[in-house]
Amino acid sequence: MAEHAHAHAPEGHESHEHPNYWRIWGILCALLFVSVAGPFVGIKIVTLITAFGIAIVKAYLVAKYFMHIDIAAKYVTYFIMTALVFMVLFFAGAAPDVMKPEGRNWEKPAWLDGSIHGTMSPGEHGAPAEEPPAAH
Amino acid sequence: MSAASRPIATTRSSAGMPTGRLAVWWVIASEIVIFGGLLGSYIMFRLSHDAFAQQAAHTNVWIGTVNTLVLLTSSLAAVLGHKAAEAGDGPKAARQLYLTALGGLTFASIKFLYEWPTEIHEGFTISSSTFWSFYYTAAGIHAAHVIAGVVIMLFIAPVAKKGLELQRVELIGLYWHFVDVVWIFLFPLLYIAK
Repeated sequence: MAEHAHAHAPEGHESHEHPNYWRIWGILCALLFVSVAGPFVGIKIVTLITAFGIAIVKAYLVAKYFMHIDIAAKYVTYFIMTALVFMVLFFAGAAPDVMKPEGRNWEKPAWLDGSIHGTMSPGEHGAPAEEPPAAH
Repeated sequence: MSAASRPIATTRSSAGMPTGRLAVWWVIASEIVIFGGLLGSYIMFRLSHDAFAQQAAHTNVWIGTVNTLVLLTSSLAAVLGHKAAEAGDGPKAARQLYLTALGGLTFASIKFLYEWPTEIHEGFTISSSTFWSFYYTAAGIHAAHVIAGVVIMLFIAPVAKKGLELQRVELIGLYWHFVDVVWIFLFPLLYIAK
């Protein structure tokens, strides 16, 4: 699958082996069509796997074969992973406020919950205009 | 321009790789935090509010599919440009960059000239609901990155065609692949998971 590396890369390039990029593209396209076909099965878990599982595989293929992250300096992988960890920390820190209606010392105000649950924003297209309670 | 007078960020390798490439990876790490926050917020709301699924049913999966195919193909052109640049073939690298830019323009044209006008005409605007706010914000920020990439490529390609500054072909390619990866996650979130 690999083609020969170029012996004399110009300045600023390191020589490395190139995979068959057309083949990688073909795999990415095939995965795209599987992810689109997934929902037609009508089973929620299949949709989730074909949508998000395949998205992770596609991102891995692009990062490895198109971005060549596997042959970049190790610390590149480390700071990319650090950015991803920050994303997870943000999610873990904010998710309880967004996803739960109440906590140990707080309760989500009805006006806030209603504006998200509804398909329209308050006061728009006939939706009831609800105002947040005035600050004391 | 002689090698001695070129910017040190172009090819200097004190960090174990050309500094220009390190800078692009650094930009990508920052962008992960920007898009990660946006996608993370979307996922929180999507999981806790069924209304999101009802609204997502109105997005057009076929347009999303075509645009994904366009971006994947433009990424192929970008990496073939990188390969040509590495071989010192400036004209071929430039051709691939123009093809990549054409992919970006096609993506943006489909979005701004057909998809969004259709949705807005049907009454789905950025203020219609929280879902549509996320939809236009996430897809809009991504599209802004696509347009920025196209503009940069159109600056780089004519220089590369002369066989100069070929390392830039790889650098813009790295950025472009990242834009592709962001779309790879936006596509199932906004179009598939209904």
